[in-house]
Amino acid sequence: MKKVLSGNEAIALGVYENGVRFASAYPGTPSTEILENYARYEGVYAEWAPNEKVALEVAVGASMTGARVLATMKHVGLNVAADPFMTLTYTGVSGGFLLVCADDPGMHSSQNEQDNRFYGRFAQVPMFEPSDSQEAKDMVAEAYDISEKYDTPSMIRMTTRISHSKGVVEVGDQPVIKREIAGFQRDKKKNVMIPAFARLKHPKILERVKGLTEYAEITPLNRVEMGDSKVGIVTSGISYQYVKEVLPTASILKLGLTYPLSEKMIRSFAANVDRLFVVEELEPYLEDQIKAMGIPVEGKKYFSILDELSQDLVAKGFKEAGVYDQELVKPITQPEGTDMPRPPLMCAGCTHRGLFYAMNKLKGIVHGDIGCYTLSVLPPLESIDTTLCMGGSISMAHGTAKAIEVLGIEDERPVFAVIGDSTFFHSGLTGLLDVTYNKSNVTICILDNGTTAMTGAQENPGTGKTLQNEESVHIDLKQLVKALGCTRVREVDPFDIKGTIEILKEEVAFKGPSVIITSRPCVQLLKYEPHDIYDSNKDICIGCEMCQKLGCPAISQGDEIPSPNTKKTKRHSVIDTSLCTGCSLCLQVCKPGAIHKL
Amino acid sequence: MEKPIKNVIIVGTGGQGVILASEILCDVALECGYDTKKSEIHGMAQRGGVVSSHVRYGAKVASPLIAEGTADILLSFELAEAARWIPFIKSDGRVVTSTQKIVPPLVSTGIATYPDQVEEVLKTYSKNPIIVDALSIAHELGNPRLVNTILLAIISDLLDLSEDAWKKVVSNRVPPKFRELNMKAFDRGRQLSC
Repeated sequence: MKKVLSGNEAIALGVYENGVRFASAYPGTPSTEILENYARYEGVYAEWAPNEKVALEVAVGASMTGARVLATMKHVGLNVAADPFMTLTYTGVSGGFLLVCADDPGMHSSQNEQDNRFYGRFAQVPMFEPSDSQEAKDMVAEAYDISEKYDTPSMIRMTTRISHSKGVVEVGDQPVIKREIAGFQRDKKKNVMIPAFARLKHPKILERVKGLTEYAEITPLNRVEMGDSKVGIVTSGISYQYVKEVLPTASILKLGLTYPLSEKMIRSFAANVDRLFVVEELEPYLEDQIKAMGIPVEGKKYFSILDELSQDLVAKGFKEAGVYDQELVKPITQPEGTDMPRPPLMCAGCTHRGLFYAMNKLKGIVHGDIGCYTLSVLPPLESIDTTLCMGGSISMAHGTAKAIEVLGIEDERPVFAVIGDSTFFHSGLTGLLDVTYNKSNVTICILDNGTTAMTGAQENPGTGKTLQNEESVHIDLKQLVKALGCTRVREVDPFDIKGTIEILKEEVAFKGPSVIITSRPCVQLLKYEPHDIYDSNKDICIGCEMCQKLGCPAISQGDEIPSPNTKKTKRHSVIDTSLCTGCSLCLQVCKPGAIHKL
Repeated sequence: MEKPIKNVIIVGTGGQGVILASEILCDVALECGYDTKKSEIHGMAQRGGVVSSHVRYGAKVASPLIAEGTADILLSFELAEAARWIPFIKSDGRVVTSTQKIVPPLVSTGIATYPDQVEEVLKTYSKNPIIVDALSIAHELGNPRLVNTILLAIISDLLDLSEDAWKKVVSNRVPPKFRELNMKAFDRGRQLSC
């Protein structure tokens, strides 16, 4: 049977069909749906770990029982998990180990567009790159077999356009494989990486790479599609599809395994074509290695390092290189005035809005973090000043406050860190430890909306539920913060602007670390109709726009208010009552009293 | 010669049902025996931002993306979004759009302006755009969520996919108690095409 599946769904199916029953991950776009889909299959165990490092280590421990395991994460997640990953490559595995890592070229939902193929090469592990959903599913079986055969973790490197594109996949043709599991076997020389044992392991990696290179030369995942010999193109992943679209008759060396490289195959392919190109997204990963083989090749000269590729960019590159003879499509130029900005926003009723509105009154230095609340950088709130990485807000706030204090910088502004609950569990804890241990004067706001909102509302240790919907502990943030040495912990209702401002002022006045926890659940989790809905009275509204400074999607400008005296046209504020969720922030900021309960 | 690949770009704003519509189109293409691919961006975009989904079908589809200037059909759930994505349609491509306006706060706070005369722009740059008040029709039929089915029914008449396949897929995608209503909406949508 054929079904239309995303790359992520196809990976989940492939993993399930291969009899893999254990997986751990931390959500992150574009990788999240792999585990969400996998968790729905019968008889599997799947968990959200607090962060990617934990997820990878959990998978390592499970692999040591002889079970096949899966760990998934987004590209920057592997930075977090890089510590165990770089030594896992030394220990090797017991049960087959698959890491699926999804890059985000173009930064659709990420803070950078790093090219994780370098991690494959860095850790010297077999790295597979599917070009569509069917290949994603098929490569899973190969990745596990190779992992076990060569005693190595395997890595499948996805990108947004593979993870989130859907294509036709043959499903239901595979019975689920049943696997025997040997159990934990003691093998200290293999699994205890003290220097003496690790030194024995390093040469084994070199041997393994030799074996894998031989495999690379014969695996059908690397294949030559010989066509016109004037132009030869080495490519992999989604770029293969763009090349097929633009130059369907050219010769192509399609690499399904991009570490280690099949050098002999590349040499013979290069020898059989007049001009050799590499088409790859992001860094010149293949190009540089092919150049290092002494083979003349062109690539980044025509295909940018920046952003995603697409068939039009590939066509443009080949046109410049003089090997594409068709006319480039000339699209209509954007008609004037039609490119109105429509940035993503915090939802109507978002629990973060009130906190940021209140925080703006204190005019502090605000270190932000990764989550929906990063959107507060945009107008009209423009609250946060920095965002670097998961969990970075607290440590950065500590650094700023400490530098001001010890270096004699004259700056009276309060220093804030703003971090979500899931991000705090991910990697905010250690930052807070530093704050309390090294004693800095920062005010930390934990925006506890009871979910991992940005990636689509996943459970986390603070929600009381596991990924597979079992009841679990509900970590008490207040107790946790106290245990980390911060004795000043306050709770605020972010829907009470006045109360929030007061508490913020008190905590800023306190010299020393303090934590403020907001106490409202994410509005996306509300499954019931709101109790109250607010509307604006046209006859009372004076067009002061105070409510519009909240940046609520339910509030917009209405008709002009007739007045001969003002230079600036004033307009009524209008509330879209179908969007209102009754947070009442607009009611609180409306001085003339135009806003009322419906 | 093989029929060329059909390119349909479906656009709107977060939460309008763009992704569901593109999934239905993909399933219909599969039902009719075509290879099909689609691509869109998840994550941040869903927070009220711009959403676009690219759907392609034909004998064999390589890229999941539609290049600018090559879309056969641009289906928009929101009026200004139809104008934003105009560069994607090919010279004889068709635009189908709902007249619904979703005004972003940047406009309501005076930082940006909602494009005026969108309908004129669409008429200038595309052949016979189909501009319908799908939301009012949906309300008239009894449920605002029928917008999705009405708009899909309009493009179904412009594409070479069988009406039976459309009805089968739409029926399977909606809860049983809404099936009849959706079929009614589908028939109504077919009449709006021209």
